[in-house]
Amino acid sequence: MGSVTSELPLQRTPLADAAETGLKIVVVGGFGVGKTTLVRSVSEIRPLNTEEVMTQAGRGVDETTGVEQKTTTTVAFDFGRISLNQHMVLYLFGAPGQERFWFLWDRLFSGTLGAVVLVDTRRMEDSWYAIDRLEHHRTPFVVAVNRFDGDDRRFSLEEIRQSLALGEHVPMIDCDARLRSSCKEVLICLVDHLYALALSQEGTP
Amino acid sequence: MIRKPVDVGDPDRLYMVTGGRSEADDSFDLVTLVVSESEPTQGMQSEHVRILELCRHPTAVVEISAELALPVTVVRILLGDLHDMGKVSARHPRAAASVAGLPETALLQEVLHGLRNL
Ligand SMILES: Nc1nc2c(ncn2[C@@H]2O[C@H](COP(=O)(O)OP(=O)(O)OP(=O)(O)O)[C@@H](O)[C@H]2O)c(=O)[nH]1
Ligand SMILES: [Mg+2]
Repeated sequence: MGSVTSELPLQRTPLADAAETGLKIVVVGGFGVGKTTLVRSVSEIRPLNTEEVMTQAGRGVDETTGVEQKTTTTVAFDFGRISLNQHMVLYLFGAPGQERFWFLWDRLFSGTLGAVVLVDTRRMEDSWYAIDRLEHHRTPFVVAVNRFDGDDRRFSLEEIRQSLALGEHVPMIDCDARLRSSCKEVLICLVDHLYALALSQEGTP
Repeated sequence: MIRKPVDVGDPDRLYMVTGGRSEADDSFDLVTLVVSESEPTQGMQSEHVRILELCRHPTAVVEISAELALPVTVVRILLGDLHDMGKVSARHPRAAASVAGLPETALLQEVLHGLRNL
């Protein structure tokens, strides 16, 4: 089993006493793509880290006893938070995009407003699985391209859309995960998209 | 990310904290906000005490988990106990007066407004 840590001693800032609604947005992407950096840039608390332990039954049968094995898998994720107003608080979850974390995703995605897929153009294939799962779950998402300094090839957003086989309806945006203003734009891009989707649904009786 | 090992990976400790149970209370979402309804009492399990102290102000399940350095699943079990004892109340996502009955568009408008004001 892994560990649950935070990098620094905690300085807890409590929520407003009137806080009553927690909302979720998930940030997914491959290793080192900037998920934690994005969360840190917009969070009002230093990102915290915790883990979920999942027990999966029936992953193979013990040969000597014939008993079904239970495997326990632990996966860490980090999160930050934004108090939107006195009543509503938005939690941002940074989740690893690799296939072996599918069970964490199923948990995180349930009830989530939507997701940000963070992409590094040098390793575009790292986002394929994440996009596939989001589409499967019908979780609305936007794609944010984190432009690293070494990103000399500078694919255009259209080229990236093609390479990821994204439909025209998926918004794309450039970002620098280190900049608060840029991350804020990414979140607004997502919520604008969610709003447009909700509006069209409310329009259809 | 740099991760320091903390002594929670010990299955024995997890077993003791939860009294050997592994069925977590799924009604607690990661972002359910938990609020203490009473002060800790003598002889209470230390994890229960910590939770009651933390939740003097509304605190999300996931923050309790990070703060106690315990997996979310374990925290759900502990919260289930406290809830059954009437020691905490839970503000579940979307059940709140401020959003219940709100159409999705109105909710999202509030979110947008909050983000723009950041
Ligand atoms: N130049 C540049 N560097 C960045 C940017 N975003 C993140 N980084 C750096 O990239 C490295 C990885 O960023 P993280 O935020 O830790 O990435 P992550 O996705 O959380 O990584 P894992 O959790 O390990 O998968 C860090 O050293 C960041 O400082 C960016 O927009 N531009
Ligand atoms: Mg990270």
